Amino acid sequence: MIQFIQNLIDAVALGSIYALVALGIGLLFGILRLINFAHGDMITIGCYALIVPSADVTAHLLIGGWTPLAVIPAIAVIVVAAALLTEALVFRPLRRASSPTLMIASFAVSYIIQNGILIAYGARPKAVDFWSGANTQVMIGDLRIPMLQLITLTVTLVLMVGLSLFLKRTSYGVQMRAAAEDFKTAQYLGVRGNVVIGLAFAISGILAAAVSLLTITQSGSLTNTMGVPLALFAFVAVVIGGMGNLVGAVAGGFLIGIVLTMLQAYLPPELRAFRDAFAFAFVILVLLVRPSGLIPARNIIERV
Amino acid sequence: MRQFLARHQTPVLLIVALAVIAALTAVIGADDIQVTLTEMLIRVTVVVGLYVFIGNSGIISFGHIGFMCIGAYAAAWATAEPSFKGIMLQGLPSLLQDNQFPFPVAMAGAIILPALVAALFGLAIMRLAGTAASIATFAFLIIVNSVYSNWDSVTAGVSSIIGIPTVVGPWTAFWFAAAAILAAYLFQISRFGLLLRASREDDVAARASAVHTIRMRLAAFVLSAALVGAGGGLYAQFLGILTVDPFYLGLSFITIAMLVVGGMSSLTGSVLGVVVVTAIVQVLRVFERGIPVGGTTLALPAGSQELGLGLLLAVILIFRPNGLSRGWEMAVLRSGPAKATDGAVLLTSDPNTLNAR
Repeated sequence: MIQFIQNLIDAVALGSIYALVALGIGLLFGILRLINFAHGDMITIGCYALIVPSADVTAHLLIGGWTPLAVIPAIAVIVVAAALLTEALVFRPLRRASSPTLMIASFAVSYIIQNGILIAYGARPKAVDFWSGANTQVMIGDLRIPMLQLITLTVTLVLMVGLSLFLKRTSYGVQMRAAAEDFKTAQYLGVRGNVVIGLAFAISGILAAAVSLLTITQSGSLTNTMGVPLALFAFVAVVIGGMGNLVGAVAGGFLIGIVLTMLQAYLPPELRAFRDAFAFAFVILVLLVRPSGLIPARNIIERV
Repeated sequence: MRQFLARHQTPVLLIVALAVIAALTAVIGADDIQVTLTEMLIRVTVVVGLYVFIGNSGIISFGHIGFMCIGAYAAAWATAEPSFKGIMLQGLPSLLQDNQFPFPVAMAGAIILPALVAALFGLAIMRLAGTAASIATFAFLIIVNSVYSNWDSVTAGVSSIIGIPTVVGPWTAFWFAAAAILAAYLFQISRFGLLLRASREDDVAARASAVHTIRMRLAAFVLSAALVGAGGGLYAQFLGILTVDPFYLGLSFITIAMLVVGGMSSLTGSVLGVVVVTAIVQVLRVFERGIPVGGTTLALPAGSQELGLGLLLAVILIFRPNGLSRGWEMAVLRSGPAKATDGAVLLTSDPNTLNAR
């Protein structure tokens, strides 16, 4: 029983990371119908921004060495700038393009960022000692709760509540929801498309920055493709949660985290290496039963 | 006769163009050019295979490189040294483990196994549409990757399969590329291909006209998996050594980039894309290796080849969203009398005009 609760804690912590990534991807999908592969690379940019650009194996902290109160806004600003840049250079000219074209464009952006980082920082993975003090554990009875998991969960909850308050209570938030519902009509009613889309990219940048700080604290290593698996799992989360609605994205993120952790814990040892295969087979299964996701968005159903 | 040729000139012209390239390679004879062009011709098979599904159905598949992996391993199982298989691949059935089969048998395996897998998997996912279908193919790629890199007794896991006879040169690769182009063309002008294209343009209208979209998609999916699998088999017997690593996101990206650069709604586009992207990557590779300029060597840093490819793809998407070919099919002969008839009839009767979007 203790073991199960322990697994559940791990699952929820992993799930909350995926939920944060899925939120960033789901937000853009809702408004632009863009499946943004490059979101994972925004996370990578956030991590690499902490260190001095050099090809050395041991990374030297630059921004990462500042006090937390300075690091967090600095990384957020850098990632938001990168996100807005991809919007201005690639996604804005493609705004009328079809959904598959946009998806391929984001694939290209992702490839450009990964190899840009490779050129600037060299190909070898790097070790980084960043906020490693957070990797302590709290014991509650027999339960071991890593500090970082508590922090992750708290950050996720705060950002989720913040985002939903923003969407419900502020004028810009209402405009964004209107744009997600029906972009054209919203524009006729005075919603400025560029502002709303820029805002969506900025918010997804902030979410990516948060994920990059949490990930790098936990793993302590950097590679130019580190964001890819996160984005992959998050896409799947967005799709099985129900595309185009944020509650679905978050639910999907937690579900993926739980499925992965539980497979890791309860698969027979000889099958454990195939964990990802089982997880993605589960994904296909969910899609077969509910093609439009667990919580389908109302506005995405095709009306004839 | 002339009309028949004019009607079906596109695949003939494409095959002739590739034959010229293969012949030039054979004449020049330099090793590195042979290697590059053989690889290019293998990619023609793969990208044409991708086109059969993506071009006709309009659904982006990220999973086809999984079929290439399956095909490559099928060929390797058939042709690798029995002594190696006895030690490293003990999970193989003894028929495969104890024998070394010739090239045609290996290629048959590289075509049939992916097609079977595609039929099974396709039955499940072909009723998904749009993004959900794309994500499902992605899931498929990850499943194949996970299974093939961990099933040690059958795939040698993360270590490589060695001792595969390297029997594929430019001409072998050319014949398979030609066959792939022909197969893709025949599918495209078949009833299945036409109905599938109709569903690509307007799914709802196609369904309303009693088109079994799912059945058409499945047929395209199986054929394209077979072609991509053949590309995998060729690849294994071109390199002589096989690991799982290359069959993942990077190769998916490059092959999809080729299709998009060329223009994914025409057969000419898919071949053109492979040729153009190969040429560009080759030029960038030369710069990456360095060009001697008066004593020093000026070289681009590692990764600039990939960066250049990514930039190229982004630029093409922005300025020519329908690719270099814009749906155009290669043609030199005018298809005579058919042009004289009523335009509306022409639109529905001549399959080639469907490509011009």
